[in-house]
Amino acid sequence: MLSSILAAGVTGDVAGITYGLAAIGPGAGIGYIVGKAIEAMARQPEAAGMARTTMFLGIAFTEALALFGFVLVFLVKGN
Amino acid sequence: MIVAKLVFPPLSHILNWKDLFTGLNKIGVVAVVAALATIALFALAGRGDPLQAPKGIKNFAETVVEFIQDNVIMQTMGRDGLGWTPFLTTVFSFVFLMNISGIIPTVQMPGNARMATPLFLAVIVWLIYNAVGIKHQGVGGYLKSSLFPPGLPKPLYLLVTPIEFVSNFLVRPFSLAIRLFANLMAGHILLFTFALMTDSLLKSVAWLKPVAALTVVMLVFLTAFEVLVAFLQAYIFSMLTAVYIGSSAHPEH
Repeated sequence: MLSSILAAGVTGDVAGITYGLAAIGPGAGIGYIVGKAIEAMARQPEAAGMARTTMFLGIAFTEALALFGFVLVFLVKGN
Repeated sequence: MIVAKLVFPPLSHILNWKDLFTGLNKIGVVAVVAALATIALFALAGRGDPLQAPKGIKNFAETVVEFIQDNVIMQTMGRDGLGWTPFLTTVFSFVFLMNISGIIPTVQMPGNARMATPLFLAVIVWLIYNAVGIKHQGVGGYLKSSLFPPGLPKPLYLLVTPIEFVSNFLVRPFSLAIRLFANLMAGHILLFTFALMTDSLLKSVAWLKPVAALTVVMLVFLTAFEVLVAFLQAYIFSMLTAVYIGSSAHPEH
């Protein structure tokens, strides 16, 4: 099945798939970061501020990967 | 059968604005207004007797400064970084005003949804954290601490040093700019899509017109969401700036 699809060749506007693929890893990653941060906040409410700051930092770094994919869509489309 | 035809213009039509007059378009106006508003806010707040209890605009400006000190600097750089308050407050205010213009009626275009402004801000940050690193540690010390993280077995540096070089000097400014730009552009495209959808539903056949209520609700919800994004991205931009400057000034041992 898959090989026949690959043999046929995918044509058309596939630029959107780029973002779909790029969002998989960061999606799981951000979920893991936020989950762990909530766990930390629930265990130690007095350290919630620190956990939140670190959580935002972690999200920002992880999210950048998805956003590279988002920007790539337009770069691919541009050509 | 086409019941509701959604005509989506190419992206260049969403983001390119005609020049109001030569060399200045809507985004230029937004940037100038954001810069002037930042200057005006703190110039007005800086007047008057500093010993009296603050009120009005002064109170508001002090809230912003305290937010930067407590939530950005103290959390990332500690007490030593308090000297960076003016710079980080300016960056935060400017980025926030550039972002929030995306939901102000009749403006409806985030100034940061074009690559130029985020990239320019990121280049400024890049120059500053490199300059701070060289000033605090010297050229050799700065390169050593940023390219050779301590506590690794020697052969591993063959692998780690190129990675650290790419991530510290190339990806950092690029991701700082991309993060701000892509978040704002994604929000702009979302708002735009739902506005277009509402428009085409209202113009289509009679039984489809009530469906437009759903897209209007979504539009209102997304506008509120964009306020959050505008604030969060300004916060993250200034926080990452603080982290980069802090790590250049005081490297890990």
